[in-house]
Amino acid sequence: MKTLIERINNTINHLANPSKFLKFSQIVLPWLGALSLIGICTGLYWAFFKTPPEEEMGATAIIMFVHVPAALISQMGYVLVAISSFGLLVWRHPIADVSAKSAAIIGAVFTFLCLVTGSIWGRPDWGTYWQWDLRMTSVLVLFLLYIGLITLRGAIDDEGQAGKITAILALTGVILLPIIKWSVEWSQFTLHQPAGIMRGQVSTEFLIPLFIMIISYAILFTYLHMKAMRAEIFRRRTIAQQQRQAHQATQIQETN
Amino acid sequence: MSSPFYALLKRDILLSIKEGGTLGIALGFSLIVVTLIPLSIGPDLNLLNQIAPGVLWVTLLLSLLLSLDRVFLTDYEEGTLELMLHGSMPLEWVAFAKALAHWLTVGVPLSLMTPALGLLMNLSPNQFGILTLAALIGTPALSFLGALGAGLTLGLKRGGLLLPLLILPFFIPTLMFGVSTTTGYLFASGNYENSLALLAAISLTSMVLAPFPTAWALRFNLN
Repeated sequence: MKTLIERINNTINHLANPSKFLKFSQIVLPWLGALSLIGICTGLYWAFFKTPPEEEMGATAIIMFVHVPAALISQMGYVLVAISSFGLLVWRHPIADVSAKSAAIIGAVFTFLCLVTGSIWGRPDWGTYWQWDLRMTSVLVLFLLYIGLITLRGAIDDEGQAGKITAILALTGVILLPIIKWSVEWSQFTLHQPAGIMRGQVSTEFLIPLFIMIISYAILFTYLHMKAMRAEIFRRRTIAQQQRQAHQATQIQETN
Repeated sequence: MSSPFYALLKRDILLSIKEGGTLGIALGFSLIVVTLIPLSIGPDLNLLNQIAPGVLWVTLLLSLLLSLDRVFLTDYEEGTLELMLHGSMPLEWVAFAKALAHWLTVGVPLSLMTPALGLLMNLSPNQFGILTLAALIGTPALSFLGALGAGLTLGLKRGGLLLPLLILPFFIPTLMFGVSTTTGYLFASGNYENSLALLAAISLTSMVLAPFPTAWALRFNLN
């Protein structure tokens, strides 16, 4: 057990070095991209041609295959932001900040996707694009939190400070999000079908493509996240280099 | 610990009273919001009575929000906050004192004003008690979480504009329990004790926990 923890620790320490992360991600990225592409194509093909039409909801049930994974990934994205923020505040790894920044943007996109597909699905089934029930409201709040994180980071000029301040907001959010969700639930809002996957209400014909889609979405998220992190590392390096050059230039001028 | 804490609390309350302005703006703002609601949806007294708890709570949230960026800003700009950072009292206590002062000078008067606004929304006088009580119990959470937002946006040039976006989602539990206390008492079989207790729980938890991240954010902004 201890050796496993040590090994995980070593891997994290290894990847926390930006140069090693760049090297590692360069090898992994194409595989991840290909895998998620294949997975999504398989999942969608399965969903469209291999599943019987759902009894109650009919053909619109296919939206489930893009909606449910997006909902899951949007929450996992926030967890990743929170973990990265924790890593930044406790261990002060600069790469944790890079990870938090990239995950926030991609997570916001997945949350938006979840909201849009959800309301498209809601229209034929409930007769309305938007219903103020527990889950829609909490996803909307999650989206607002993501927007808050992104705008707060954008508003602070100093990059190091922006990372730390945003991390505090992200950690506060991860504590308050369950409370917000619970408070909305407690105030007896009308219901949406309960999360069915865990309760065995979804038949296996739907379950297999759904899991394929969920896993492919997760891989897609990892792919995009890594890609964004790489871009961010390169951006920071370029800025640092430019600052160095500007500094050198002023020094040369001064000596002249 | 106690004497610098009380000194700071007293100073902040005195400053806020002598300076004026903040509270006046908050009270005036809540009045104008409540005035706009009947004007926009029409003077149907029954409807107004129905939506009164929600409207009054949203008004409370928004008007409290207006004064939040002042919690640390003047002390930050003139350098007093920097002194407090190096002073004998931990920054957590400073954050606590300032949030408490904000509640006493803005939260309490706004809560006491809700009956007057309730009058405009066609609530009957025997409903004012629960409304004020719920507001008094719920607003500490708003002040303490709001102070956290103020700490986060301290270094920004236009932090006042960003603050509502960051902090309003965190006000949702208070809003939900506040409204359900009031509606529970007014409309549904008088069952309101549970929501009132939860409202108090949210407030007390925020009072205990929020000063820590606030002080954290202040340190980052002051370094």
